[in-house]
Amino acid sequence: MPNIHDRPPMNTSPFPLTRRDALKRVVALSLALSSLELSGFGAAGARGIGTDPNLLKKEIPWERVLTAEEKKIVTVLGDLIIPADEHGPAASAVGVPDFIDEWVSAPYDAQQKDGKVIRDGLAWLDAEAKRRFGKGFADAQAKQQTALLDDIVAEGTAARKAAHGFFTNFRDKVAGGYYSTPEGWKAIGYVGNVPMPEFPGPPPEVLKHLGLA
Amino acid sequence: MAFINASKTATRYDAIVIGSGAAGGMSAYVLAQAGMKVLMLEAGRNYDPAVETPMFQSNADAPLRGAATPEKPNGFYDATIGGWKVPDEPYVVRRKDGAWTEGQVIDRTNSQQDFMWWRARMLGGRTNHWGRVSLRLGPYDFKPKSRDGLGFDWPISYEDVAPYYDKAEELIGVFGSKEGLENAPDSDFFQPPPKPRGYELLAQRAARQLGLPMVPSRLAILTQPLNGRAACFYATNCGRGCSIRANFQSTTVLIPPALETGNLDIITDAMAREVSVDAAGKATGVSFVDKATGKDVQVKARIVILAASACESARLLLNSKSARFPDGLANGHGHVGRWLTDSTGSALSGQIPALENAPIVNEDGVSNPHLYIPWWPHKAQLAGQLGFPRGYYTWPGGGRTMPDMGTTRAILGKAGSAYGTKLKEDARRYYGSFVNFGARGEMIPNEKSFCEIDPEKQDKWGIPVLRFHFQWSDYELKQVVHQQQTFAALIEGMGGKVNGAPQLDGAKAITAGGSVNHEIGTTRMSARAEDGVLNAHCQAWEVPNLFVTDGGPFVSNAYKNPTLTILALAWRACDYAMAEMRAGNIG
Repeated sequence: MPNIHDRPPMNTSPFPLTRRDALKRVVALSLALSSLELSGFGAAGARGIGTDPNLLKKEIPWERVLTAEEKKIVTVLGDLIIPADEHGPAASAVGVPDFIDEWVSAPYDAQQKDGKVIRDGLAWLDAEAKRRFGKGFADAQAKQQTALLDDIVAEGTAARKAAHGFFTNFRDKVAGGYYSTPEGWKAIGYVGNVPMPEFPGPPPEVLKHLGLA
Repeated sequence: MAFINASKTATRYDAIVIGSGAAGGMSAYVLAQAGMKVLMLEAGRNYDPAVETPMFQSNADAPLRGAATPEKPNGFYDATIGGWKVPDEPYVVRRKDGAWTEGQVIDRTNSQQDFMWWRARMLGGRTNHWGRVSLRLGPYDFKPKSRDGLGFDWPISYEDVAPYYDKAEELIGVFGSKEGLENAPDSDFFQPPPKPRGYELLAQRAARQLGLPMVPSRLAILTQPLNGRAACFYATNCGRGCSIRANFQSTTVLIPPALETGNLDIITDAMAREVSVDAAGKATGVSFVDKATGKDVQVKARIVILAASACESARLLLNSKSARFPDGLANGHGHVGRWLTDSTGSALSGQIPALENAPIVNEDGVSNPHLYIPWWPHKAQLAGQLGFPRGYYTWPGGGRTMPDMGTTRAILGKAGSAYGTKLKEDARRYYGSFVNFGARGEMIPNEKSFCEIDPEKQDKWGIPVLRFHFQWSDYELKQVVHQQQTFAALIEGMGGKVNGAPQLDGAKAITAGGSVNHEIGTTRMSARAEDGVLNAHCQAWEVPNLFVTDGGPFVSNAYKNPTLTILALAWRACDYAMAEMRAGNIG
């Protein structure tokens, strides 16, 4: 079969148009334009991955929006949420900050909404750290960072009211970004994605655990 | 003969097949194997699963960790090129507020449209991503009206199709087990099913306690090598396609051997515009748009086979107007586009404490459920004890699947506000402890569900597009409430807790029409010409050298995914067409 990317471009007829054809084209063009408005597509003019991307290659066509300052906070906060331990590395070690930048920069409605929540949250966090500690969040001491985070997740605090929605949204991206990597698989206990000649079914220890032995 | 461009067609073919999915692939396979010269037209691009399938890639290898986007609504790795919205090819649906609108990309469980239409634009069509569920229609499914007085009977019975189910299953490879269950015919060609996963065994115990049969699934996935194809190696999701050809795709199982005969030409990026007819009302060929040049091309053949998907084939017939057929081809009795049905669907999820902190094992399997629950209470239903007339099957989902954004979202729902090492501990604890149950049920054809040509809108090539009318009836809404109650009983029977509560408002529980991708019935077969479009051999009553072999001919939409039956009926129709050609009756 021919190379998949060796496809002729559309509508490149070298022949002059008749008036009827030209009118048809105008109608067709306006229809084509209207059908480009895929719902759920936020930022005007931004390019998405398209309806027929190369599935073997990760190509991100949109510009990243996070500033270096924001990225620093994302890195520190991400590692507080997923720190290194005996089960695996910290979030930043597997590219989670870059993934979050990729996510909040994407042109789709859902990601744009998340981007607003996350960037507003990062700004609040930094301002709050400055107010409390006289330093931005990323530059505060580890115990100060943890204290602020604990305040956000504690019931009934002003910090929770201001930032818990941001925290859960951000944590969702950190955890999703982390556990979808091979290092994350180890940390969560996913041992699939390997070819096997037979599917063995659950071993005795699983049956015992489930009360089926 | 092979892949050609639009300027290289033969003067006249024995058959033109429009579409390359289950119906088109099987039609081309049967005809080409028998020595017929065949031209296949595919509206989408060429596609080669051997080199394009993302095998073993993690979600971290994909943009946005593989998450669904409006451009890839089933996630980045879904094999489908196309979806709920195809560039340049609008369709029209009714919004819940009653206004007509162009079909959009939406959540099928929370749709503002009453119909959604999934289209693939690629060689192999929708076979590249389908669920591989391969259930034979049973004797009741062919004669539903005789049994309960509702809907319509097929002009054929199970016995007419059974030999073709045999042939289709032997060719494509289906695993399963002989169970002898009512209205769920077994096959002599089943390959051995894979062993159940842990959570499936737990669900099976719960099902047994409820008196429900939970048996091995029947899926078109090889567990043993077949005709040079490798068996499944129990890794990477079938929805991505399969480069080792272990599951059934038209592009791996039907089109390659059809091409090898030397009797098949394929033109991709060829958008059919209409079927041409002569003064005597005989089909003479097809005119299509060569998308590469935007030009119309005419091709001729002795017979024409529509296999473009039920609604596309109906659209093609409705757009093939002539003095002799002013309302569209084969539409003398107004049945083209009518009797549109889809499967019902609903889902419910839960969390099972017994599955927490389970020993770590590989639960990938064939990526689809290894067990399912066929419809069981036929007799109670016939006696009117259930309050709705038709059934559904149920399948379990869950397990330690390859983590994606959804996997962790479920865990975070259980983890409160945890972060740090506590969060990592919770992730290990809850991962694999979630289950979900889903169902596919039967819809009875009704007068309010059909497609027609939109009075205004056209696609990029000036071809009038479809507009859909769709309404579930109380039969379906009551059925999905029963589904919800069944799911809740199963989750609780596993010692688990339902997320939220079962949805007892059927209109809220049911998936949007069309969104299960089982839209069929729009060119149905009938015993008498006035009752349908096709005869019992998928041959148009009004145009004897015209056939439809996709889901259009279906008279009922049993709670069984249509692909296997499409394959069987396409084979049967092509055998009949060739016999008629040899006898000099057509073509």
